[in-house]
Amino acid sequence: MSIPTYEQAEVDAEGFLVHSDQWSEEMGAQIAARNGIAELGERHWQVVKFMRRTYLDTGSAPSIRTLGKASGVPIKELYELFPKGPAKLAAKIGGIPKPRGCI
Amino acid sequence: MPATEVAGDDRPMRTRIVILGGGTGGTLTANRLDRMLGERAEIVVVDRDDRHLYQPGLLFVPFGLASPEAIVRSRREQLRDRVRLALAEVDVVDVQASAVHLADGSSLPYDVLVIATGASLLPAETDGLTGAGWNERVFSFYDVAGAVGLRDALRSFDHGRLLVNVVDMPIKCPVAPLEFCFLADWFLHERGVRADVEITYATPLDAAFTKPVAAATLGEMLERKGIALEPEFATGRVDGAGGKLVSWDERVLPFDLLVAVPLHGGAAFVERSPGLGDDLGFIVTDPRTLQCHAATNIFAIGDATNLPTSKAGSATHFEGETLTANVAHLLAGEPLEGTYDGHVNCFIESGFRRALMIDFSYEVEPLPGRFPEPHIGPLPLMAESRLNHLAKLAFQPLYWHVLLPGRDIPGVGARFSAAGRELAPTGPGGNT
Repeated sequence: MSIPTYEQAEVDAEGFLVHSDQWSEEMGAQIAARNGIAELGERHWQVVKFMRRTYLDTGSAPSIRTLGKASGVPIKELYELFPKGPAKLAAKIGGIPKPRGCI
Repeated sequence: MPATEVAGDDRPMRTRIVILGGGTGGTLTANRLDRMLGERAEIVVVDRDDRHLYQPGLLFVPFGLASPEAIVRSRREQLRDRVRLALAEVDVVDVQASAVHLADGSSLPYDVLVIATGASLLPAETDGLTGAGWNERVFSFYDVAGAVGLRDALRSFDHGRLLVNVVDMPIKCPVAPLEFCFLADWFLHERGVRADVEITYATPLDAAFTKPVAAATLGEMLERKGIALEPEFATGRVDGAGGKLVSWDERVLPFDLLVAVPLHGGAAFVERSPGLGDDLGFIVTDPRTLQCHAATNIFAIGDATNLPTSKAGSATHFEGETLTANVAHLLAGEPLEGTYDGHVNCFIESGFRRALMIDFSYEVEPLPGRFPEPHIGPLPLMAESRLNHLAKLAFQPLYWHVLLPGRDIPGVGARFSAAGRELAPTGPGGNT
């Protein structure tokens, strides 16, 4: 069940939501603002929603390579929308766990 | 005529086990299963050629420390006599029908399938990587041809910028690019030109390695050797003619010689076989039992899997024990065992005839200590030593004569043990 604010949600050491069902679009905007994205545009939402849907459907977040091929937003633009780490930042904004890093 | 005679054979039905891939995982699995099951199983290994490459040897080729001929042997000769090697390209796995369709149009039905097709290199996926300068001033040492080309280029490289770049994770042997940096530092020093070469290591990670404590140790080693670290570098394109590596966010690193570790993905048939792989073509595999999510009679091992452990021969070796036990459990109608714990260990060549060793699992990151006996060793963990270097060199004969035949390495258990490790207080993501 979604709860009103990011401050009230349980997060891990890096600020990723522990319970993805507590997320709401309003909360996504709050997380974005705290991470240097003042306003989420249509292209941001396209990526965030693709990330979240893929995670909820398959149990794992897509890699940056898959985002570039399947989200409808090319990798170059992903780095403009979500500076530094698009997959990581879009996952955080979308209220899903940090994409499984590399080992 | 009784129906039973139609088969024209009165021997008991044999179980057919098909193993895709005759590399480390496929070979040790075939040999272990053959020893366990004997005449009860017909084991077929499928690979496209008869060349088994000792992949850890590739690191040494560019520095003239190993010859390409010395690290390749016949696949056939590593397999027990009863195991059949079929040379063929896999087209698709039909999970529902339990059959592998081969590129020549024939089919191979199976009772149990083991996927051991490793990771594939995808250099063409990176813009410009295989364009101008490829195999002239831009190389990968992850295959024999690249390693040999790089050896020839390094011989005459005496000044300028040497750039080592991991395009993206996951990769096989995540320590290999660091080892390449350390060995290049040593190699150039021996040739008396180290002062005239800048070495830079550009990685998509936020530190020198994936695990915090080891990342700190390895980061300090880079610094001590005067190797620059460029973290969080997400490679976008290579300009071979202009000698520039450019990130997606337009950071530019100039080079005279680029050593790139290309993108990795699963084998090509995975994408053609619905339900088997993840978005990069790695087989979706249970991390404890090694059974695939696609079907109960499919297992996967080694670099081909999506397991959250290193893509390394040692992990594959340790996985082999669990996988083969579970194939036997499945055939006997017993529940599977979840005994693989992510155990992996690696030697890290640090140049000047020294090496480090790291040993870790799903739960416990690499930490200082002694290996294999807690407190005794003789090998120190996460510290440079001559003995670790000698052990790394001694490993190649063990690979051919102990690991591939599917035997256990004396004193080294498949299960991880944290006994005697110097536990450091690190939280998640604390890579500082």
